[in-house]
Amino acid sequence: MSAGKRTPLYEAHRALGARIVPFAGFEMPVQYTSILEEHAAVRNAAGLFDVSHMGEIHLSGPGAVASVERLVSCPVASLQTGRVRYGLLCNEEGGVVDDVTVYRLADDALFLCVNASNIEKDYRWIVRHAQRDARVEDRSDRFGLLALQGPASTAILSHVATLPPAMKRFRFVPGSVAGAHALISHTGYTGSDGFELYVEAQDTLRVWHALLEAGKPLGLLPCGLGARDTLRLEAALPLYGHELDDTTSPLEAGLARFVKRETGGFLGAEAIERRAQEPATRALAGFVVEDRGVARASYAILHSGERVGVVTSGAPSPTLGKSIGLGYVPPALAVPGTSIEIGIRERAVAARIVATPFL
Amino acid sequence: MADYEIPAELHYTREDEWCRVEGNRVVIGVTDYAQQQLGDIVFVELPAVGTAIERGEPFGVIESVKAVSDLYAPVTGEVVEVNADLGDRPEQVNEDCYGDGWLIAVAISDDADLTEHLDAATYRRHVEERGQE
Repeated sequence: MSAGKRTPLYEAHRALGARIVPFAGFEMPVQYTSILEEHAAVRNAAGLFDVSHMGEIHLSGPGAVASVERLVSCPVASLQTGRVRYGLLCNEEGGVVDDVTVYRLADDALFLCVNASNIEKDYRWIVRHAQRDARVEDRSDRFGLLALQGPASTAILSHVATLPPAMKRFRFVPGSVAGAHALISHTGYTGSDGFELYVEAQDTLRVWHALLEAGKPLGLLPCGLGARDTLRLEAALPLYGHELDDTTSPLEAGLARFVKRETGGFLGAEAIERRAQEPATRALAGFVVEDRGVARASYAILHSGERVGVVTSGAPSPTLGKSIGLGYVPPALAVPGTSIEIGIRERAVAARIVATPFL
Repeated sequence: MADYEIPAELHYTREDEWCRVEGNRVVIGVTDYAQQQLGDIVFVELPAVGTAIERGEPFGVIESVKAVSDLYAPVTGEVVEVNADLGDRPEQVNEDCYGDGWLIAVAISDDADLTEHLDAATYRRHVEERGQE
């Protein structure tokens, strides 16, 4: 078995007894002790994730802001230094190339945090469509990224970093964590409060250990990708390759609020509007399984015995004690309270559309 | 390497199931190695009492948070008892896989061939070989 890429924390994960799995070309921890225990830690105390496999694509120069404005679905010129926005890179058919967060570093500098599975694709896409007076660099290997998530996050981080008082979400500041230079971002992918910390690759291990130590008395656990997935599912956050792919329109996926529809002018805007004029064929909806069984990605969604859609993500919800999921259904059925069934092997298991997020 | 409990008096299969033979009745479950590999068990699907099962064929499903795994019949026979606790507490398989985490009991015929089962020492070697991958 050929080894995948490793983050700076690979040996630390092994030392903690993590189960390592291949993910997006990396060897990543899926769990340390138990997915359910790690998930509960984030909801009740805090969890620390190594997400260094994610990518950072940096743009600078006079054309940087205009380039990103043209590339992403969210407004960029109005994004102030020190702020972050979620948006989508779209293709000319109005589908999604990737979902990203955009960080405004300075007047003429930004970076996009992108999914690990799409780093090369996104880099080539951005280079192809950026203006000539924008410099584009893939800085993914230069950075480690740690996500500290859960209600105790602020308290834990305050032990090893100086945080601005009452720092709002979707803001970031340059700072120092355990003596290492870091971008401290008040963002996350779990639905609980927390931070994402961008550090130089060679500082990742030191910061990881400092946070684990500071957080131990407050119940901080190291958490793997297994819990990361069950947490984001409870928060109904999309995962590229599941809810989003190059055929899905952001509008179908319920992401209209991240699309600058009035001004348009970004790659894919025209196709998105054209598709929006036609009757929608599907809409993303959340559901809860009501009978025995676990819904999982690719299972059929049924209505009155007919297959009408597909599950894009499904798992047990540790917090709710039920199986939940996201899937595409005909828009008429995407109404909370609608009864559906999930095809789980030979059974049609009762489920119900619910409003999201699930918590 | 993790320490796996492998009681000496049980039979084992390469699919990480155990059998406790009580005359013509065989109680079946998954091993400590299996429950550790699977992680938190969240759902178990077992056949109804009266179902005929055939050695080597799947007879049910055991699900962890992330994965669905088939359960393979270690014997041929008829299901006579199913562990009803597992509906509400699938985690019993993790907590006590050789005791309260048992899955089904099967009635086997007098001339059932159990010689392909592994003894504890052979099963331990089978576990260790995979741990070295």
